[in-house]
Amino acid sequence: MASTDIEAPPADQQRRNRRADSSMRQRLARWDLKVSPYAYIAPFFILFALFGLFPIGYTAVISLMDWDTIRNSGEFIGMENFEFVLNDRKFWVSLRNTFFLLSSIPQLIVATFIAAMLDHHLKAKTFWRMGTLVPYVMMPVAVSLVFSQLFADEYGVFNEWLGYIGIEPIQWHKDVLASHWAIATMVNFRWTGYNALILLAAMQAIPRELYEASAIDGAGKLRRFFSITLPQIRPTAIFVIITATVGGLQIFDEPRMYDTTGDGGADQQWLTTTMYMYNTGWGELNFGRASAIAWLLFLIIVVFGLLNFFLTRRLISSDSSGGK
Amino acid sequence: MTITRHKKILALTAGATVFALTLAGCAGGDEDPADDPTTENTAGESTDSANAEPVELTIATFNTPGFSNSENENEYQYDLIEEYMELNPHVTITYNRAAESGDARENFFTKLGPGGLADVEMVEVDWMPEVMQYSDLLADLSSPDVEGRWIDFVEAGATDADGRLIGYGTDTGPQAVCYRASLFEAAGLPSSPDEVATLLDGDWANFFSVGDDYVAGSGGAAFFDSAAGVWQGMVNQLDQAYEDEATGEIIALENPEVKALYDQLTAASETQSSHFGQWSEDWFAGLSNGAYATMLCPPWMLGVIEGNAVDTTDWNVANVYPNGGGNWGGSWLTVPANGANVEEATKLAAWLTAPEQMAKAFANAGTYPSQVAAYEDPAVTGAVNEYFNSAPIGEIFAERAVAVVPSPYKGEYYFQVNDAINNALTRVEEGTDDPAASWDKAVADIEAIS
Repeated sequence: MASTDIEAPPADQQRRNRRADSSMRQRLARWDLKVSPYAYIAPFFILFALFGLFPIGYTAVISLMDWDTIRNSGEFIGMENFEFVLNDRKFWVSLRNTFFLLSSIPQLIVATFIAAMLDHHLKAKTFWRMGTLVPYVMMPVAVSLVFSQLFADEYGVFNEWLGYIGIEPIQWHKDVLASHWAIATMVNFRWTGYNALILLAAMQAIPRELYEASAIDGAGKLRRFFSITLPQIRPTAIFVIITATVGGLQIFDEPRMYDTTGDGGADQQWLTTTMYMYNTGWGELNFGRASAIAWLLFLIIVVFGLLNFFLTRRLISSDSSGGK
Repeated sequence: MTITRHKKILALTAGATVFALTLAGCAGGDEDPADDPTTENTAGESTDSANAEPVELTIATFNTPGFSNSENENEYQYDLIEEYMELNPHVTITYNRAAESGDARENFFTKLGPGGLADVEMVEVDWMPEVMQYSDLLADLSSPDVEGRWIDFVEAGATDADGRLIGYGTDTGPQAVCYRASLFEAAGLPSSPDEVATLLDGDWANFFSVGDDYVAGSGGAAFFDSAAGVWQGMVNQLDQAYEDEATGEIIALENPEVKALYDQLTAASETQSSHFGQWSEDWFAGLSNGAYATMLCPPWMLGVIEGNAVDTTDWNVANVYPNGGGNWGGSWLTVPANGANVEEATKLAAWLTAPEQMAKAFANAGTYPSQVAAYEDPAVTGAVNEYFNSAPIGEIFAERAVAVVPSPYKGEYYFQVNDAINNALTRVEEGTDDPAASWDKAVADIEAIS
């Protein structure tokens, strides 16, 4: 009895140890399952914090100061920068231009159309598909240089052509709307094909049986497009719309290269908000104010992105419920 | 031709590399050459710089200052960078050139505070007022050796309130009037350079009245290229155009002279300007198609005209400038104070901006020297431009340079104010606004500057 008494504890302990051991291993395994994914994505978020989050915060601090970037010092002035920007005529004109230049809507309609066409059985498929991507590979600055020659007011190619059919030359660099047309042309030239390819990829993933079944049910081409294609590519479409909108709000290269001064026209005809920010920062070396503009633009993009998300979700889902 | 050029560059680079390697070899081989008197003596015998420690210098420029063969497709007559390295075997120079002054400006202001600029940095007249605000971050280059080397306004432009000279002038842009002889002739005006010089000799009112005659005689063709181009010529003759020199406050709107010039110019430009923006596609096309007959032109503009109107044969330069003299453009070499080799960098900058070297740069790239002595150098005064009907440009611009009035004051806000007024003029030219409404917008823009 005594001996069993003596033997018992080790056995008990062993069991307990084993249990502790296995529970330790289990816990590790559980942790591994729970924690490792975080560890694997950590590098991205560390980099993001370093190069994304920190600058955003730093910009917020600077936007409240009269900042001298060269001496790296500043003086706290509260909301003065924001006040100035919100009262500046140029800011509002630049916002107007940014929204008018938001050519993403026609661009995406055309992109969807091109994608739908490429989705058919074409000869030399790869050639056509890669062909749409060629403009995207070109340097935006090179595109702008070529287009600015075509769009010259007096001796440009487009105005010359218009002259042949008896149309008065269009003042590409003076008229607000004309300048927006010209710049939107450059932007769409570059991005339409790119978006078309992404949409095409989504279309290719749609099960062909859906089309066959609906064809047997007597749905026409148009009906199939609206009732099957569009609802099926919804997630991709939302992605494309949001990236295109954000890209549109940040448009910079094309309008900046549109004339030689890069100021967006003498009457700010095509001054976008990013250009206004750049010119305030680098032109006037007023980085406090430029940071304030950056933050305002950031907020606008966030609001616009959310609005876009909800709108497109409702729009496309109502399409799908309509075509059941 | 291109092949030989490439070969030559290749050879040069190869030579430079071998040279650098030899230097590095020397420095690495002997423990410390400076400590060893024998190496010093064998290495350097003629100049004192030869026995100094090896230094690597960087120099950053923009456009084509005419310093190095690497700048241009056309081979230069002289390569000053190579020449300096030959004269100073211990120095290895890395030459960086930005395509445009704007790129160089951005780089300059990004790195001026934290460091990382080249040992020698070229600064353009357009952003010199901004640079002057940070003159304490640049090395003081004043020395008895260079005193009086430059014409007054160039030296004054790089001297800060404490009397520190922070830049050595390179080129400058004394302006004359370029015109097209055949267009003048067709409009019934005298057309030889001397006659035109006499015709335009006088103030701006005279210039514009000749313009009226030209417009009438030519049946409505434009006299000058753009209002903005003429504006800089007019406003640069005011002593304190936009800012009060003593207080630094913006006085552009209170200064009656500014508004008077604006009214004078907008009245004339309605019929006399081609209404093209400077450097626009249309403006370039106008150089050859006769859209305008005159342009205010500094020496560097000659290359622009020739390059964009190769087949036009009747561009001429008249030795005249309305209302005295005017300057457009010019640069300085500065030495950032936090550089590693301030002393050697200063020597390089001083050598490059010496009259002899700038005369060579002028031969290379047409950059007109700002050094007084260069105006007596036959290499400069004897220069003739064949494209401009063999105009004696060396003589003409030497006279034009002397006529430039010393330094109109340009402060911190000069270019913002100037931009606002330029935009106002452009709006009038484009017909977006009438002169009065456009001025009101400029007033709002200028009031917003602070």
